[in-house]
Amino acid sequence: MEPVIQVRDVTKTYDGRKVLDGICLDVRQGETLVILGGSGSGKSTLLRLMIGNISYDGGDIVGFGKSLAAMTPRELKEYRKSIGVLFQSGALFNSMSVAENVALPLREHTDLPDETIDIIVKIKLEQVGLREHAEKMPSELSGGMKKRAGLARSMALDPRILFYDEPSAGLDPVTSTQIDYLIMDLNKKLGITSVVVTHEMDSAFRIADRMVLLDRGKFVVSGTPEELKNSDNALVRQFIFGLRDGPLTERRRTGGYEDDLLGART
Amino acid sequence: MNLLLLPITATANFILAMLEFIGGVGYLIGDTLMAAPSALFGRRGRRLGWANLWAQMNRVGVKSIPIVSLVLFCIGSILALQMAPTLRQFGLVVTVPDIISIAVFRELGPLVSAIVLTGFAGASIAAEVGTMVVSEEIEALEAHAIPPIRFLVAPRVIATTIMMVCIAVVGDIMGIIGGLFVSNLFLGIGFLQYWQHTFNTILETKDFITGLIKAGVFGLLISSLACYLGLSVTGGAQGVGVATTRTVVLTIVALIAVDLIFTAAFYLTGL
Repeated sequence: MEPVIQVRDVTKTYDGRKVLDGICLDVRQGETLVILGGSGSGKSTLLRLMIGNISYDGGDIVGFGKSLAAMTPRELKEYRKSIGVLFQSGALFNSMSVAENVALPLREHTDLPDETIDIIVKIKLEQVGLREHAEKMPSELSGGMKKRAGLARSMALDPRILFYDEPSAGLDPVTSTQIDYLIMDLNKKLGITSVVVTHEMDSAFRIADRMVLLDRGKFVVSGTPEELKNSDNALVRQFIFGLRDGPLTERRRTGGYEDDLLGART
Repeated sequence: MNLLLLPITATANFILAMLEFIGGVGYLIGDTLMAAPSALFGRRGRRLGWANLWAQMNRVGVKSIPIVSLVLFCIGSILALQMAPTLRQFGLVVTVPDIISIAVFRELGPLVSAIVLTGFAGASIAAEVGTMVVSEEIEALEAHAIPPIRFLVAPRVIATTIMMVCIAVVGDIMGIIGGLFVSNLFLGIGFLQYWQHTFNTILETKDFITGLIKAGVFGLLISSLACYLGLSVTGGAQGVGVATTRTVVLTIVALIAVDLIFTAAFYLTGL
């Protein structure tokens, strides 16, 4: 079966700095793909390229058989209606209640009557465990509740793929686990393909069917969680197991620290 | 040699930055005007746009009426008190209402109302939109295939443009009342005499209409600049603060500049 998203030799440059360098990636139907990487590795940029919010400088991204760069505005709109995105902070619209947030994509993109939309909203909120909080404003919600409300909104149009940008960021371990099981539930019960960007190892290993590790704009390794755990690559092992010493810390040590200090004294 | 080039480089960079800014705002206004019909009358607009529009009109217009009224009342009173001593020397105190009516309807009503609205609504819009950028709400709109221009900018621009005209009328009335207050209490001009001199001597319909035309354009400027600077925010909370300050400063400068252009144009065309 053809991958739902294909990333082919994609490059992205910001202010002369190459953030992504020749990235190749396939997202397969029905899988949960986890993109790992440290801060500044380019994983959030890659996610934004895949959802069509920013454009790439080289290579191509093919979504549902069509190149994103070649899409007309109407085609890009249809592509975006087929995907859902959970942003790191939830990105709820603060002037609307939880229910209004979830209803917004339905009101925007369908001709369904309000009564039907209300029912769909209740179903989506029930799936994320927030049905009784429908009338609350985002400012009244906890961090975990905001993420779940954002997830309900991203599912409003029954997308084929869900993208998650650091879904566990800022959450306590219990809430983080709840979000992880929600992601797994959606994948298993509804067959939604999931692309998760994270650097939380516990979450990653819990939810992933396949994992890729991004470092300085390039993929270092790709494989199942077991394959990554058994990898001989020193950088992979340091990142996954959180080791103090390794290529990542060595890299920081050779960053000209002594020269910088001595230069400041003279 | 480098020192000589510095001011030239700085001036050139400034001019380029200004041209880029003016071009960006121009594009935003153009996109907003193109999106406005669908924002209100398209299928989605009928569902979402009118609710947004009413909310913005209430927030920008209705809630600013008290402060605009107070400010223009004071302006009218100040005008009367400032002109009276000089006009008294020529025995022309009775013309205070004539001058106040021309000044308020043609100039001070729209301009001062616009400056008040810049602080009241412009800064608020810039801060709100800037915060939405920082909290990824704008990205979320785009990810949901909802154009931010149609959903966010158009209702704010349309609401501010319409309400600025209404607020200018309120401001005009309060400016006249402020002048009446002082004229009656301190200058010995009765109500009927004040009314006569305000509306039945030199004031013409075109004085009122030109003021309203200016008010509409001021409303478009205030909201467009606020939305542009809000959408351009970078750098988190500090960026939102910078955008809010820049909105107030740049909008006031733009209002005065546009007012000058309009005043010159009306003068040359005899309006």
